[in-house]
Amino acid sequence: MNDATPEPAYNFAYLDEQTKRMIRRAILKGIAVPGYQVPFASREMPMPYGWGTGGVQVTAACLVPEDRLKVIDQGADDTTNAVSIRRFFARTAGVATTTRTADATLIQTRHRIPETPLHAGQILVYQVPIPEPLRFLEPRETETRKMHELEEYGLMHVKLYEDIARHGQIATSYAYPVKVSGRYVMDPSPIPKFDNPKLSDSPAIQLFGAGREQRIYALPPYTKVVSLDFDDHPFTASKAAHVCDLCGARASYLDEVITDDLGGRMFVCSDTDFCTDRQAHGKRGRLSAPISGGAA
Amino acid sequence: MNTHTLSGGFADAPIQSAQAFRAILDAMARPGKIMALHGAAPPAPLSMAAGVALLTLTDATTPLHLAGAADCAPVRDWVAFHIGARLVKAGDAAFALGTWAALQPVTRFATGLPDYPDRSATLIVEMDRLTNHGPTLTGPGIETATWLSLPETAAFRANRALFPMGFDCLFTCGSRIAGLPRSTKVEAL
Amino acid sequence: MYVAVKGGERAIDNAHAWLAEERRGDPSVPELSVAQIREQMRLAVNRVMAEGSLFDPDLAALAIKQSRGDLIEAVFLLRAYRTTLPRLASSHPVDTGAMAVDRRISATFKDLPGGQVLGPTFDYTHRLLDFKLAAEGTVPPAPQTATTAAPVPHVMDILNRDGLIEAATPDNTLPPDLTREPMELPAARALRLQAITRGDEGFILSMAYSTQRGYGRTHAFVGELRIGHVAVEVDIPELGFAVEIGEIELSECETVNQFSGSRTQPAQFTRGYGLVFGQSERKAIAMSLVDRALRWQELGEDFTGAPAQDEEFVLMHADNVQATGFLEHIKLPHYVDFQAELELVRRLRADAIALQEAAE
Repeated sequence: MNDATPEPAYNFAYLDEQTKRMIRRAILKGIAVPGYQVPFASREMPMPYGWGTGGVQVTAACLVPEDRLKVIDQGADDTTNAVSIRRFFARTAGVATTTRTADATLIQTRHRIPETPLHAGQILVYQVPIPEPLRFLEPRETETRKMHELEEYGLMHVKLYEDIARHGQIATSYAYPVKVSGRYVMDPSPIPKFDNPKLSDSPAIQLFGAGREQRIYALPPYTKVVSLDFDDHPFTASKAAHVCDLCGARASYLDEVITDDLGGRMFVCSDTDFCTDRQAHGKRGRLSAPISGGAA
Repeated sequence: MNTHTLSGGFADAPIQSAQAFRAILDAMARPGKIMALHGAAPPAPLSMAAGVALLTLTDATTPLHLAGAADCAPVRDWVAFHIGARLVKAGDAAFALGTWAALQPVTRFATGLPDYPDRSATLIVEMDRLTNHGPTLTGPGIETATWLSLPETAAFRANRALFPMGFDCLFTCGSRIAGLPRSTKVEAL
Repeated sequence: MYVAVKGGERAIDNAHAWLAEERRGDPSVPELSVAQIREQMRLAVNRVMAEGSLFDPDLAALAIKQSRGDLIEAVFLLRAYRTTLPRLASSHPVDTGAMAVDRRISATFKDLPGGQVLGPTFDYTHRLLDFKLAAEGTVPPAPQTATTAAPVPHVMDILNRDGLIEAATPDNTLPPDLTREPMELPAARALRLQAITRGDEGFILSMAYSTQRGYGRTHAFVGELRIGHVAVEVDIPELGFAVEIGEIELSECETVNQFSGSRTQPAQFTRGYGLVFGQSERKAIAMSLVDRALRWQELGEDFTGAPAQDEEFVLMHADNVQATGFLEHIKLPHYVDFQAELELVRRLRADAIALQEAAE
C-alpha cells in the first residue's frame, strides 16, 4: 500500500543530508555502546515533541527507498498518530508501507513490541519520551550521567525494593528498567513489561530515539537484556488473565475495551496485525462473528 | 586540483548515502558480517568502501585524520571537495583512515570520556583482504561466534578492556566492509 | 473510540478540513492578509520570531495566520520551517552600540549622552479600552523631529570608564550553537543566553519576577534598554570583506546589579544581559534578570535554591515548543500502559483483600 506520492519539495526522508549524517553517527555510537544514551542535536520536526520526533528522526536517517515501513502506536497500525507518521514518510520518502509485521523491513513503534517474532532483516525504532531510566529518581541530568559513568544503580534497586516492602511486589508495569549486556541500565520506552523479554537476543536491530531529550540509544541484535529484579522477587512478564475475544490468542498482550456502561467489556489483542492474521487463518474468539461461507 | 578531485562522489547523495548507511549500520551492528558498499570512486589508494564510508559519515563537522599513504594530495583534495572535513592529527580525530600499520599506535585515538564514551574515534582500516577467517568474535550483535581476518588481536583486546570507552573500527577492502565495535570480544583462534 | 477503529486516515483528513474552515471564520468578514498581521500585530510577530529563532516578519505573520493566533503553535511552525533551511553563512556579531535607536531609556541616570528616547511605548498610556479603534479610521501622523546623527553610547560603557561595573571583555571564541548541538550541562553563559532568548516569554518573565520577590534576588536596575535597528554583516569570501545583507530590529537590555567586592577587592556593580529579536522589551528585561541570577557561581555568590539560579531547571524547561509538545502528548493514546497499570492495581488489590480476609 502507498499512502501518497512523494513530495519533491523536500529532501529524501525530509531531513537534510548533514542532519542525517549527524544522526547516523549517533546511531553507530549507540550500537557500539549498547544501552548508552548518545546525545544528538535533535531537530524541530513538523510534528510536536512528545509525538515521536525522536523515532521519526531515527527512521528518517535509516530509511532507504526499498524499505517497507510499518508504523504502530499501542500495537495498532490504525491509531491516528501511527497513521500520521506513516503518511509523513510515504510523502517525504516515497517508501512502501505495510501493516504486516513479517513483511516490514523497518517498524516504528510507540509503546509495543509486535507479537510476531522479528527477523534479522528488520529494524525496530522506538519512540522514547524520557530516555533516562533514573530520571524520576534523580531529576538532574548532571547527576544521572555521573551515576551511569560509575555504574551506580543502587538508587534504582532501592526504588524497586521499596515497592516490594510496600506492595509485596515490584509496582512498575511499563517502562520497566533493564540492564544491557551487564553494563548500562536502560529505559526500554513505555512498553508494558510483558514485552520486556522480547528485547533480549532479538535478531533485529533495535534503535531508540528521544527527540525532545536529544538522545539516541540502541540494542544490536543478540544483545543480552535483563529486566531488573531480585532473587526472591523475580521479574514476571504479566498481562490480563484473559484470551483475545476476537482471535482466541492466549499469549498476546490484550487491550480491555469497555462495551457498555453496565460493566460489559471485552479483551482484544493490542497487536492488530497479529490478531487480524490469526482471524484470517480461522482462529476465533468468544465474540467473533461465526465463520461464513465467504470472506469475513 | 585535477579533474579526479571533482568526480567520484555520490551521483544521488540522499539515496546512495541512505543505502550505504544501512550497510554500515548492519556491519557495525553485526560485527564480522561483511557487507558491500557502492557508489563512490575515490582516488588511489582509497578503496571504494572507504570512500563511500567517508561520504556517508563525515562532513565539515567531523575532524578527520589521514594516515600513511592515505595522506596524499589527491585524497586531501578529494576530501576537501566532497566532504569538507578538517584534517587533524590523530588525537583530535573523530574519524581516521589508513592501513592498520599506518594507524599505529592506535592508542593515539580518542576513546571517549567516562561520562561521554560516544566521543571516541571511528577508525576506517584499509585491508588487503577481508574474509571470515581469523580471530573469533563474540559479544553484542553476534548470535554465537563469528570470525574475521583482523590484523591482530592484542590491540582489540586492549580496546575492549576500556569498555564502555574505546574506539570503533570499520574494515574496508575493495567494495567490502565489516565492523568491529568496542563491545566485541576478540580471541585468537 | 477514537482509536482502534478503521478510518483513522479519513478522520485526520476531515479534522484538517474542519480546522481550515474554522481558521477562516465567518466568510462574510474580510480575510486577514499576512501583510495586515505583519504591520498591525507586530508585537506578536516579534514574539514569534524571537521564540522561533528566525528573523522573518512575513513568515512569522503567515505562521500566526495559520495558527489562528496561537503564538506557541506559530513559533512551532517557524521552528519546523527553520530546520529545513541550509546554513549559508554566519554573520559578524551585530554592533548594538551603532544601533539606530527608536527607543532608548536608562533608569539609572536622569539624563545622559544620546538622551532618553521614549519611542513607541505603552508605558504611559492609560489602559482604557479605546472604542475609537472599534471603528475603522485613519490615525493622524505622529509629530516628527529631525534626528541627530550623534552616537548613542551604551550606558554601561560610561560606567565602565570608571571601573564601577565589571568589565565585559570581548570574547572571540566560537560560541556553542543550541540549534546544532545537543544541550550540554553545565552550560557556558553564551549557551544560556541562547536558550533564554528563544525561551518562552511567560516562563522567562515568571523566573525574572521570582528573583525580584527574593528567590535569588540580584537588585537589578535597568541600566539601559534600547530598541532599534542594527546592520547584519556577512563575510563574502570571494570579495574578501564583509557586506551588509540587511537590518534586523533588536531589543537590548543591560541591567546594573548588586555589587561584589571586599575590603581588598574594590566594589563593583555586576551585569545582566538581554537581547531579543524585534521590539520585545518585556522579554529583554526578563532575560537580563534571569541571566544575572544564573551567574551566581561565576560571581562567587551562594546558591540559595532559588529556581532562577538553577541552570538545569531553567534551561531544560524554558523552551515552549518542547514543553507544549510533551505536555500535549499525554492526550495521545496510552491505553497499553494504562492496561498494564490496571492489571497491576487489580492484582495488588486482590492480594491485599485476600490478606485482609485471611486475617479475619
